[in-house]
Amino acid sequence: MADRPLHHVTRRELLALSPLLLFGGFAIPAWRERLLEAGVAWSDTASHLVFRHNHLATSYREADVVPFEQFPYNGYDVLEPAIDFEQWALTVGGAVARPGKYTLAQIRALPKATHNTRHVCVEGWDAIGSFGGARLHDFLSMVGAEPGARFLTVTCADDYYESLDIETALHPQSLLCYEMYGRPLDRGHGAPLRLNLPAKLGYKQAKYLMTLDVTHVLPPRRSYWGDQGYSWYGGL
Amino acid sequence: MADSRQATHAVHTPIYEHPRAVRFSHWANAVTVIVLAMSGLQIFTAFPSFGPKIPQNDLLEAVPKALVLGGWLGGALRWHFTFMWIFAGAGLLYVVSQVVSGHYRTVLFTRRDVRGVWPMVRHYFLFGPKPPSAGQYNPLQKLAYTSTLAFGAVSVLTGMVMYKPVQFSTLGWLFGGYHSARVIHFVAMCGMLGFIPGHLVMVALHGWDNFWSMVTGWKRRPDYVAPESGR
Repeated sequence: MADRPLHHVTRRELLALSPLLLFGGFAIPAWRERLLEAGVAWSDTASHLVFRHNHLATSYREADVVPFEQFPYNGYDVLEPAIDFEQWALTVGGAVARPGKYTLAQIRALPKATHNTRHVCVEGWDAIGSFGGARLHDFLSMVGAEPGARFLTVTCADDYYESLDIETALHPQSLLCYEMYGRPLDRGHGAPLRLNLPAKLGYKQAKYLMTLDVTHVLPPRRSYWGDQGYSWYGGL
Repeated sequence: MADSRQATHAVHTPIYEHPRAVRFSHWANAVTVIVLAMSGLQIFTAFPSFGPKIPQNDLLEAVPKALVLGGWLGGALRWHFTFMWIFAGAGLLYVVSQVVSGHYRTVLFTRRDVRGVWPMVRHYFLFGPKPPSAGQYNPLQKLAYTSTLAFGAVSVLTGMVMYKPVQFSTLGWLFGGYHSARVIHFVAMCGMLGFIPGHLVMVALHGWDNFWSMVTGWKRRPDYVAPESGR
């Protein structure tokens, strides 16, 4: 090899590195967004692949739970959207056998699960809190969710909306949460009902729930933050 | 400097110094580590603390726009989530190819190299005499390359803990938990970035042939005897 003219060899060696020119695509604005979109989509696919259905998030001891006052309120606009608590009921629709309105009393009548889990914000902070509520799994059985359904979508009393994969919804720690720290959910944390999903980032855990739909396809409006560039999957 | 060395160790036959996988992963991660550091800094500004959210003690105030990438947290995460695959992929390509080819023996820092580190430091920084060279890389180089690789591996593993603390909970435990993984991720980045200035200075000092061999693989006028490793 070495006795061949060096410049012939090096030309071939340069060609071997040519895939690196793809980096140039990130410098072209029109390509950049598509490449990054593909990167995030692949990350979401990989996240889905590593999700373990029955692997539980650590439930911490009482001593590890942050005091209620130090559990952050995180809202994207208002912490107390207008809700008629007297009339409130969760409107359930989509691929379910028993659509309709479900009162808080009906949800509370399901077996209650509580755990002390880490709430992780996409920003980088986290807080271990105490959460209680009905398992989404039980609720989806009650409303008769179709077995082949793939997604769960929710809308909120504010303009927030979210959706998640049915696998995470059926995870044993995924809750329709109506209690924190053994007390009814307060307004800033999403009264009367929020999602508590220890296997998802905070922005997936929508507060002030108003509607819940079981679907086979994702709606165009998938996720308040996901539609602005965050990962849709948002799994932990 | 190069001339005097050639006088003593003259071996003028060009040698194939850097295999393709090494060059490919080198250039891929030369770009990627910068993208990850800049987008990572943007991500960090969303919560510039290693403590609790309440009360929040910020470690950074304003960060110059030239040092960050992505514009906002969501934009930076898109860069980070895209390039993390390139970084880990190129790292894996490098490690596997080094192990399979046996080339790692020229560069891996081992216990035998420990004694040679100080004489090289004295040579580079304290005008000490140049220790006799033995092989492609001197002990200080081996230490630098090996520790940078280790920092890279740690940054991938701690990144996995932060990305999937529930799925990779055992890995998280190994790194001392979620908070600790976040700190170690930051330290590993500093370790990798710390390598770059010294590396660039040495590349500048060693001249064109040395630089060009990381592009083509071939070194025209090597100043050491070629190891027996093939292509």
